[in-house]
Amino acid sequence: MNLLYFAHVRENIGCSSEQMSLPDNISNVGELMSHLRAKGKGYQSAFENEDNIRVAVNQLYVNFDHVISEQDEIAFFPPMTGG
Amino acid sequence: MMKILVQEHNFDITAEIAGLVGKRTDIGGIVTFTGLVRDFHGSHKVQKMTLEHFPGMAEKQLETICKTAQERWPLLGGTVIHRYGQLFPGDQIVLVITLCAHREAAFEAASFIMDWLKTDAPFWKKEETSGGDHWVEAKKSDSLKTEKWQK
Repeated sequence: MNLLYFAHVRENIGCSSEQMSLPDNISNVGELMSHLRAKGKGYQSAFENEDNIRVAVNQLYVNFDHVISEQDEIAFFPPMTGG
Repeated sequence: MMKILVQEHNFDITAEIAGLVGKRTDIGGIVTFTGLVRDFHGSHKVQKMTLEHFPGMAEKQLETICKTAQERWPLLGGTVIHRYGQLFPGDQIVLVITLCAHREAAFEAASFIMDWLKTDAPFWKKEETSGGDHWVEAKKSDSLKTEKWQK
């Protein structure tokens, strides 16, 4: 999987992208988020408030129950503030 | 067809309108909206704004929004330009132009595109202010404006 982070999620984690193999016990976005949260303090603060996290898989918005696969590009970011 | 651009450099409204209209004489009205960097946020002075975006997806989302607008209103053309990178108070951030035979459709479509863009296009603003740096928080009132178009 290719993981992408934007805005404060990127700043908290400390990088804008990373490659990761999909762990066997993880099937959807929400589970991936819990898995990432356990990786350290930065990840923990990035995903602290789930209401403030939006996710796009292969550049399409999805919900946390969206099923993911090894080939996916998964982006995590806060609610958008453009315009 | 609408022109969509996500770019770092500035844009020229007059040139954009001229490019859209060309020699056409069937256009009854042009609505433009330009968003600028404000120099204040609450009681703090804004010194600089950094706009981050999701390359690829930002363009895709703007295309989807414009396609929806074209399905809902009889647009004769239009342009959406959104900038990214470092901006300063007074700088232009975003441009929406809609062309129609009649004004109501042009006003409504421009308003729809702006409302949707604010909540659905992957851009994020970070402000440097006299009170420190912070990511701008999404406003509930903006989501409500987007929802109102879903009726």
